[in-house]
Amino acid sequence: MIKTQNNKAWFLVLPVLVVVAFSAVLPLMTVVNYAMNDTFGNNQFFWVGLEWFEEMVTSSRLHAALGRQVMFSAIILAIEVPLGIYIALNMPKSGFWASFCLVLMSLPLLIPFNVVGTIWQIFGRVDIGLLGHTAAALGFDYNYTNDPFDAWVTVIVMDVWHWTSLVALLAYAGLQSIPQAYYQAAKIDQASRWAVFRYIELPKMQGVLLIAILLRFMDSFMIYTEPFVVTGGGPGNSTTFLSIDLVKMAIGQFDLGPAAAFSLMYFLVILLVSWVFFTVMTNLDRQESK
Amino acid sequence: MAQITLKNLAHSYYPNASKDEDFALKEMDHVWQDGGAYALLGSSGCGKTTLLNIISGLLRPSQGRVLFGDRDVTDAATAERNIAQVFQFPVVYDTMSVRDNLAFPLRNRGMDPKYIAERVQAIAQMIGMEDRLSRKAQGLTADAKQKISLGRGMVREDVNAILFDEPLTVIDPHMKWELRTQLKKLHRDFGHTMIYVTHDQTEALTFADKVVVMYDGRVVQMGTPEELFETPAHTFVGYFIGSPGMNLLDAKIDGNRAHLQGASVSLGAAYGPINGRTQIGIRPEYAALTRGDGLPVSIRRVEDVGRHRLIRAEVMGQPFSIVAPEGMEICADLTHVAFVPQKINVYADDWRVKEGAV
Repeated sequence: MIKTQNNKAWFLVLPVLVVVAFSAVLPLMTVVNYAMNDTFGNNQFFWVGLEWFEEMVTSSRLHAALGRQVMFSAIILAIEVPLGIYIALNMPKSGFWASFCLVLMSLPLLIPFNVVGTIWQIFGRVDIGLLGHTAAALGFDYNYTNDPFDAWVTVIVMDVWHWTSLVALLAYAGLQSIPQAYYQAAKIDQASRWAVFRYIELPKMQGVLLIAILLRFMDSFMIYTEPFVVTGGGPGNSTTFLSIDLVKMAIGQFDLGPAAAFSLMYFLVILLVSWVFFTVMTNLDRQESK
Repeated sequence: MAQITLKNLAHSYYPNASKDEDFALKEMDHVWQDGGAYALLGSSGCGKTTLLNIISGLLRPSQGRVLFGDRDVTDAATAERNIAQVFQFPVVYDTMSVRDNLAFPLRNRGMDPKYIAERVQAIAQMIGMEDRLSRKAQGLTADAKQKISLGRGMVREDVNAILFDEPLTVIDPHMKWELRTQLKKLHRDFGHTMIYVTHDQTEALTFADKVVVMYDGRVVQMGTPEELFETPAHTFVGYFIGSPGMNLLDAKIDGNRAHLQGASVSLGAAYGPINGRTQIGIRPEYAALTRGDGLPVSIRRVEDVGRHRLIRAEVMGQPFSIVAPEGMEICADLTHVAFVPQKINVYADDWRVKEGAV
């Protein structure tokens, strides 16, 4: 059969191209433009080259925010991944309770970010919040508006509450795909519970766990709404993560140049780390199969 | 190693089974002798796998007890029973190497590494995979994976029994023979009790000393291949063992004669009065075409199957198969069929009637 060569088909892609250009490429280029210019008002810009980038790379404020951000992502990954797996392992495999658990687990995922923030903001308040007030009544000195440690605990618990479900559901899907015969063979081979997890369940979950870790990393590294609603980045700067700092800089102080340079580097960092994650984990996978 | 006893055993997959047909396994008492090589034969869905899973403890029977020797293991976990089972489809631990797969059951028991290495080597030789020991099990072909599964089943020397659940389904025909011979050898060397589930009668008859035939959740007969052939205890055994199966004709029994719609044939022995649907069963090997003796027959088809010829015919309006020797001329004047009287079995409601029984 002879294939017809007709390059006119490319025109069919045009609408998508136009939409993407307007919604993504042009705004991004505007940011690039801001990052390379400075202004003293009057809508007059002058070229500064890479000066903003140099300033941002050496900025101690940005370093501190990056440090907090890395710590936050590391902590929530360290909690959510094992916890999610643990929950998935203990969820019922079939019947009414399986569906019940699935619905229950997906509920937090369906709540909008700012609502989650508001829930925890009120929940943790010492004067009227159920958690804050109870903690205070029990004699705990808990106050997320004054104490940086309490603020961190609140933000992390909130994120765990909101997103562990995602890891658990993905891990659960991985577990459900394991044929019963594997468990039977393991019983016959007198494998311990740990050996079943290590040699049957973990390998079969590897693919979905990779996705879960990647999603949770990207999401947590870009987190904005929830901590902003709960702590506003405080007390002091203690919960000011990268995106909160970025917004402060861009539309709080209207330092558009540095903020633009900042956001471009931010974007590249996420891209880079995700790529590293993905490459490392797919390589691991390939080595396993050798 | 131990004798395995099944006492009043029955199993149903429904929680509140009461009717007979709810039971996948009907009530049975059965003893598997220590060191026996058994084949469990039956058509698909007759309860063979259920029975195996109950013995290995993957399934708890709804009623009855399972005993290993004198010990009641009905409620014991699979691991405690120290039993090996090979499934119909390969199960390998993908992320492990072939060597680790074979060593896995031994490592789980905390065996000495030196012993494990020796044993793995021996098993690898048996299944012909010595050259691939360091390979990851993932990505191997289905029959290589099944050989690993078999190897994992055989690697422990001290198991109470080895259960095979149609293990050679995915294996190449020439390798089937090879592996079956290896299994027989293993049985001779170590004397494990082996139960081999299959629906292939050749496989069953070549592997086992004793063949157990199951039908509709029941053990209908246990015996040597010869017993199954000569005196099938149930019409299903007659039909299932042998190729083609036993011919069955409705008849009335009177002493040592069977009457069929006006004609009659003599039997090898005398029988008492029989109740229920009465049939006589004749193996195609024990029927011969004649020029006038026996019952009238009309030949429908002659199949040449190599060593002999198979004649598909009709006797008294019922299908009937006859095995004729290779050189025999089949001509139009062969209008009757005669039976060897001693080889005729009598059945009442599908169960064999003992001669002389009242």
